[in-house]
Amino acid sequence: MTTVALKPATMAQALGRALRDSMAADPTVHVMGEDVGTLGGVFRVTDGLAKEFGEDRCTDTPLAEAGILGTAVGMAMYGLRPVVEMQFDAFAYPAFEQLISHVARMRNRTRGAMPLPITIRVPYGGGIGGVEHHSDSSEAYYMATPGLHVVTPATVADAYGLLRAAIASDDPVVFLEPKRLYWSKDSWNPDEPPAVEPIGRAVVRRSGRSATLITYGPSVPVCLEAAEAARAEGWDLEVVDLRSLVPFDDETVSASVRRTGRAVVVHESGGFGGPGGEIAARVTERCFHYLEAPVLRVAGFDIPYPPPMLERHHLPGVDRILDAVGRLQWEADS
Amino acid sequence: MTVMEQRGAYRPTPPPAWQPRTDPAPLLPDALPYRVLGTEAAAQVDPGLLRRLYAELVRGRRYNTQATALTKQGRLAVYPSSTGQEACEVAAALVLEDRDWLFPSYRDTLAAVARGLDPVQALTLLRGDWHTGYDPREHRIAPLCTPLATQLPHAVGLAHAARLKGDDVVALALVGDGGTSEGDFHEALNFAAVWQAPVVFLVQNNGFAISVPLAKQTAAPSLAHKAVGYGMPGRLVDGNDAAAVHQVLGEAIAHARAGGGPTLVEAVTYRIDAHTNADDATRYRGDAEVETWRGHDPIALLEHELTERGLLDDEAIRAAREDAETMAADLRERMNQDPVLDPMDLFAHVYAQPTTQLLEQETQLRAELDAEADGPHHHGPEGAGR
Ligand SMILES: Cc1ncc(C[n+]2csc(CCOP(=O)(O)OP(=O)(O)O)c2C)c(N)n1
Repeated sequence: MTTVALKPATMAQALGRALRDSMAADPTVHVMGEDVGTLGGVFRVTDGLAKEFGEDRCTDTPLAEAGILGTAVGMAMYGLRPVVEMQFDAFAYPAFEQLISHVARMRNRTRGAMPLPITIRVPYGGGIGGVEHHSDSSEAYYMATPGLHVVTPATVADAYGLLRAAIASDDPVVFLEPKRLYWSKDSWNPDEPPAVEPIGRAVVRRSGRSATLITYGPSVPVCLEAAEAARAEGWDLEVVDLRSLVPFDDETVSASVRRTGRAVVVHESGGFGGPGGEIAARVTERCFHYLEAPVLRVAGFDIPYPPPMLERHHLPGVDRILDAVGRLQWEADS
Repeated sequence: MTVMEQRGAYRPTPPPAWQPRTDPAPLLPDALPYRVLGTEAAAQVDPGLLRRLYAELVRGRRYNTQATALTKQGRLAVYPSSTGQEACEVAAALVLEDRDWLFPSYRDTLAAVARGLDPVQALTLLRGDWHTGYDPREHRIAPLCTPLATQLPHAVGLAHAARLKGDDVVALALVGDGGTSEGDFHEALNFAAVWQAPVVFLVQNNGFAISVPLAKQTAAPSLAHKAVGYGMPGRLVDGNDAAAVHQVLGEAIAHARAGGGPTLVEAVTYRIDAHTNADDATRYRGDAEVETWRGHDPIALLEHELTERGLLDDEAIRAAREDAETMAADLRERMNQDPVLDPMDLFAHVYAQPTTQLLEQETQLRAELDAEADGPHHHGPEGAGR
């Protein structure tokens, strides 16, 4: 038996490795976007790909998001599997016409004849001190568009496994990369990257009995921290990492809430019309008789994303999460 | 009568749509960027203007180095420097009348400052205490615009509105070479030409969009040539020649003001610094190229012209530098003070009247801040359920 040499990897590196392995495994996989070639992307996720696979496989495009996604549609129509990068969440907006009118509904329009296996990578969320337009949580727009899968990793291993699955998927996947986790580290064996994760399965990141925190992406580490802090207050919190917003894993989420009887949904995106509303409704529809309290939401405020010096007041933090846990009608138990 | 029956009388004539609507020749830019400094045209320029441009270039360079230094001291979140592009920034500011409007991109804080905006207000966005640190209407400077090229249709709309109202106002919109690839660039130029709006577009072609060189951005003969397709004149100018940029912009603005419609100006310049302080330019370009451009420095070009012609002596140079130092010292001192922020500002100005939901959230944050001030605390009713 040989000992396995574990090495640290960041989420950005894991994503890059997933792109590389997908490109090596499938010659139809093409990476394209702004600064993805020579520079290796502003977050260095595509570092080295142009060198290894050539500029036709990893292409610096003109600066035009609608053009990037629109040409990706044509490339996919001809049998390629484009992986496009939107440089930041808010800079994906020019591509919405292509996304909503074509990418999301081509399978449906053509009665299944012409699905579009396009992966759209979008760095999203705040907490990096970014100035205006660099910190949006745009997942609710994507979730509200039938035909798109919406996936977001919270760990280094999932970044690899889910991106590989997204690229392999025959449906378009909006792959949301939590910016502030790009530099988060984990150790892995570079000779044997983590498993390819199926899209659509949530995982329990931490088991607990008192209540369930339902979350995803950048808020997962915050919820785990909150769960640790909650021990001092006598709560044993379970944390569910959704990993995929569409499709939504009702089974894992409901099973957890039925066990704990209480739930709080946590995300950075605004609460009003945000993902938490859908999630809370689904949980209530499925677990009503198991619930000891209404499902609560801890979300970003319903404001345009604030300037960096104020963002800590906007982002859901440990205290705000625990305040919500405190409001889960514990009086009824005692 | 069928066509066959009338055949004998039938005389084909080309449909009128076949005639070009506009003669493209006068719209075409010069083959080479227009220059003033070091040419005979320089003698025609008012020496007072040249000296003014010079003083502003020196201030502008100092502003750029000071702002970059502030990023290292953690006083700015990020700074996209316009070092090397000062001639464009300064000329754009000086060429406008007070009543005119400037539409800057995110790199153009210097243009705003040269127009008279307090540098601290211009840098608020990049310090991170608020997005737009000034009242756009007060200064006739639109908010610094980060989503590339999206400010261009705004400039067209504003200019159009001013004309509808009978006001003698011109809008000058700035955009980078990369920004010309965006759909909004196309739509703005098309609207401007169709409406004959009094607007001028200044493209600062500084060679790169972050890491992407112009050759990957466009296959056009020049960016100025794009004007022809919209039916407006395109002008190509040496973007490091402040006198030339000022003259070309001045002519385009006068043309627009007189009802002649929009112009697209491409100023060929170079981004001497990295994209921002967070960028590593060695990944995509060599020092040799940067050095070549340092040899075509906007300040040196103008200084050379002025000293050669005896329009600027050592005393005047020293005065310009001292003035720039005073500006930098003042900026440094004021940026070294922590801005006073009120977290409650998160909820200000989202709507004219806050929604009840926002009022609830405001109450929540206030309670959280009070609790935080009281120190560590429990989060639920004491002892409940634990
Ligand atoms: C719509 C949009 N897409 C992407 C970006 C990210 N971005 C910021 S600056 C930049 C390059 C801009 O290049 P250019 O227009 O030439 O202006 P320069 O930076 O050279 O002044 C990019 C891609 C953005 N701000 N907006």
